[in-house]
Amino acid sequence: MQRCGYVHLWLLGSVLLICLISGVTRVNGDVALTHQESRLNPSKSNLNQTEHGHGSVITGIPIVTFKWHHVETPYLVALWILVAGLGKLVIEANHHVTSVIPESALLICFGFILGGIIWGADKVQTFKLTPTVFFFYLLPQIILDAGYSMPNKLFFSNMGAILIYAVIGTCWNAASLGLSLWGCHKGGAMGDLDLGLLQYLLFGSLMAAVDPVAVIAVFEQVHVNEVLFIMVFGESLLNDGVTVVLFNVFDAFVSLGGDKIDAVEIIKGIISFFVVAFGGSLVGFVFGLLISLLTRCTKNIQIIEPGFVFVLGYLAYLTAEMLSLSAILSIVFCGMCCQKYINSNMDERSVTTVRYVMKVLANGSETIIFVFLGISAIDKEIWVWNTGFILLTLLFVLVYRFIGVFFLTWILNKFRLVPVELIDQVIMSYGGLRGAVAYGLAVMLDENKIKEKNLMVSTTLIVVYFTVILQGITMKPLVNWLKVKRAAVGELTLIEKVQDKVFDHMLVAIEDISGQIGHNYMRDKWNNFEEKWMTCILMKPSARKNRDYVFKVFHKLNLKDAMRYVTEGERRGSLEFVRNETAFIDFKKKFDDDFSEVMPDIMADTSDDYNPVPSVSLEMHEQTMNGMRPLEDVNSHHLLQQHLYKGRKQHRHRYSRSHFDVNKDENEVQEIFQRTMRTRLESFKSGKMGVAPLKHITKHLKKDQQQKVRASEFILLDNLHYNNNIRASASSFPMRVTYRAGAGIENPAFMPDLDPMAQVQIPPWLAEAEVDSSMVAPSQRAQLRLPWTPSNLRRLAPLRISAHSTDSFMLADAPAAQQRDNDQLPPPPPPPAPPHGDHM
Amino acid sequence: MGSSNSSVNNIPNAQELMQETGFSAAHILRLHERFEFLDKHKCGQLRPQDFGAVQELALNPIGDSIISAFFSPGQETVDFASFVRILAHFRPTDRNQSRDGAQQEPANSSIRKLKFAFQMYDQDRDGKISRAELLQVLRAMLGIQVTEEQLQSIAERAIQEADLDRDDAISFDEFRKSLEKVDIDHKMSIRFLR
Repeated sequence: MQRCGYVHLWLLGSVLLICLISGVTRVNGDVALTHQESRLNPSKSNLNQTEHGHGSVITGIPIVTFKWHHVETPYLVALWILVAGLGKLVIEANHHVTSVIPESALLICFGFILGGIIWGADKVQTFKLTPTVFFFYLLPQIILDAGYSMPNKLFFSNMGAILIYAVIGTCWNAASLGLSLWGCHKGGAMGDLDLGLLQYLLFGSLMAAVDPVAVIAVFEQVHVNEVLFIMVFGESLLNDGVTVVLFNVFDAFVSLGGDKIDAVEIIKGIISFFVVAFGGSLVGFVFGLLISLLTRCTKNIQIIEPGFVFVLGYLAYLTAEMLSLSAILSIVFCGMCCQKYINSNMDERSVTTVRYVMKVLANGSETIIFVFLGISAIDKEIWVWNTGFILLTLLFVLVYRFIGVFFLTWILNKFRLVPVELIDQVIMSYGGLRGAVAYGLAVMLDENKIKEKNLMVSTTLIVVYFTVILQGITMKPLVNWLKVKRAAVGELTLIEKVQDKVFDHMLVAIEDISGQIGHNYMRDKWNNFEEKWMTCILMKPSARKNRDYVFKVFHKLNLKDAMRYVTEGERRGSLEFVRNETAFIDFKKKFDDDFSEVMPDIMADTSDDYNPVPSVSLEMHEQTMNGMRPLEDVNSHHLLQQHLYKGRKQHRHRYSRSHFDVNKDENEVQEIFQRTMRTRLESFKSGKMGVAPLKHITKHLKKDQQQKVRASEFILLDNLHYNNNIRASASSFPMRVTYRAGAGIENPAFMPDLDPMAQVQIPPWLAEAEVDSSMVAPSQRAQLRLPWTPSNLRRLAPLRISAHSTDSFMLADAPAAQQRDNDQLPPPPPPPAPPHGDHM
Repeated sequence: MGSSNSSVNNIPNAQELMQETGFSAAHILRLHERFEFLDKHKCGQLRPQDFGAVQELALNPIGDSIISAFFSPGQETVDFASFVRILAHFRPTDRNQSRDGAQQEPANSSIRKLKFAFQMYDQDRDGKISRAELLQVLRAMLGIQVTEEQLQSIAERAIQEADLDRDDAISFDEFRKSLEKVDIDHKMSIRFLR
């Protein structure tokens, strides 16, 4: 209920915002969203501006002036983006709704509402989706993102099928729709319309293409198996070449007039298809290579290297458009061909940036597209109703899609290794969604040549709504009902990846042995070629080193573990030991040996709250959020407040436009060093003079330390009991930090010359003696129990086995003893370690 | 069709082979041609060196393991029937063929495919992939860019992932479990053998 309240609030807020906008625009008259259009009539706004200027001259220096026209266009653009974003936010906040109705449909409905409001305010539709905005500012980033995150191997191994669907399927859709409508027209099904065969074919060609934006939006939410997805998705991307050609050819034919078309023109049309499609792909390929080459040498300008990807991608799109080639194909191939190289050439952070910005842009413009598709509908001018035409179009679009897919799949299945199943065919046919591309093309029609343009536009809109909303909503139930094979979501495992490689090599070898030139043979050849030439030229030498696939997976897995490790470590204390030279070496050596014992435990223990999200970075946040549990929260906050270097956090990210690195200031190192020395000096002094050291050491512990120490002592003991309980139930992480307040100062990280192992090996009796004599002991003990030092890491395993024993720390200390431990279980749990008893 | 049938008849046990492996006569014929091409000494038997004559195979990182998979333990040569039987593992699985319970699983069933893949690692045929065996395959595949230490840890990790009974080796069951999500039929099939 509360959530609903929020939703209403949001809705109200955005409605208010719209009212504001529409109110303002009403004052202004007609404003279009386009930059172009407002640039076309600058005279008006200039006029207003000069008026303003005059006013100010007369009254003296104005303190505040209201200059709406000055900022109008960018302001409106920004507002619309905001509104669309807020709309998405509201929609996504209602999970129970989005699980039934796909987001794209809801966005269109949101657009209806907005459109209604604007219409109510202005009595005319001031905002609509213009082809310029759509094709130049909204579409490119979506397609670039699609290309950049395209699973290349999957795409190319299904390339044949995708091409057949995209080329033949689209032609079939266009021709059958155009001809059938024409036939129905001749039969008198739609009354009196001023349309000829060519116009029908033109209409068919603009309706033929499956829309990439709609397909991504709908299929993203139903997780069908990857082959099915790549078929629909690949088709929607590649059919652009066909659509462009068909549309241009028929557009030209319509202007030429029926009687001037001869065989030469038709042949020209066919040739132009190849030129447009292959030329577009080639342009994209060239730009992809350019990006790869460029990112090779951006080492010194890392902060702007992500920019190159976007700018060059966009240029690829525009260049193809300029040469009247297929722009979509161009940008798709650009993204596909540079992804591998830029990912390894660029810094890891830049790659993350590219990935995220790409998603932000793509998602944003997708949202805007759907919202504006909705808004565009609320316009009296475009609506021309012709029941026969509209309903027949809907019917034919659906029916011919089914026929086309089934027929083509039937042929393809004769050649495919893994035939496309009947259920998949149904989903493929049903997933033939039409979207904004068709609408954009329809709006681009010339009203002078085609009298019934508005009918076509409104029919296109109806088809778009029908496919996106109705088919979108029913897609999920249909997929469930037909039990379509879903995408296997699973964690990345090394063995699977290794096996994948082995399979690849094996298939090639078998093809070689049986003397056939098949798919795998070709792929192997291409890989070899790429290895030999492309990577040499396009990849940084340093990146070339670790581009091995299996190794990369291994690296990724390790990164994930490391992140988990850091989170865990931070929960318990700090990971400062990494800075300690000796400890680090120790870490490297020990980690290899004891990896096997430790890892399964860690993994087993964290697996319950571990949520497999594909994106690493997202996970980081989630992990940090999950990792903080209430109890540790209190402890660590307490700890942090007392012992954090105050200055460090502020220093961490200094403002710099070109560098983004963590502060590795000389001063800081100096400070740490000095502080450490002071501490040690003081503790030495106090040890000598018999003064309680804590008073001197922790200046920032302002009042009654003694009491605090006692209090923390209790926390510690509490913790211990808690841990034992937890361990007994064996459901928690093996290691708990029983970190002492007041002990962190003696953190070995700040004593680089002391070997932690040597410290740890202070015999228990000695430690005990020290406890008796002075108050220095707590720190020593804390070191004994500083769990996340590397030497302790290997103690995880014995600790697991002896669920209750705190003693296993000590047992594990001596390396020799540890080896024995591996063979036999450690002794049964003794009473709590001596140091504690003494404080009780 | 008649001519191909007649030449199939020249191949010993052709009919039985076809029945056992599910290859068509054309397949058998084609494979026989290839077999004879590889069989330089015309003795009806292939030796490891004969496989070595295939150029591309020499470039294949795990070529040796694959070659040795053709030879059952202790044997130096492979005859045509075994050659075909091995290749039958790579025939796509027939989906709608009903299997008799009593009959042995055909070579192109996913379990047999997996078994074959398993034997690629398990060179000593003790039913377990030991760390050394895994390391050997990894070393072949990963090349020189990866250091020996990294190789060790990769092998270590791979074994941990699959190793359920903590015996520091991967048994066939563990192997199968770890590859549960992989579409074996898809990954271990070659189109032209269909």
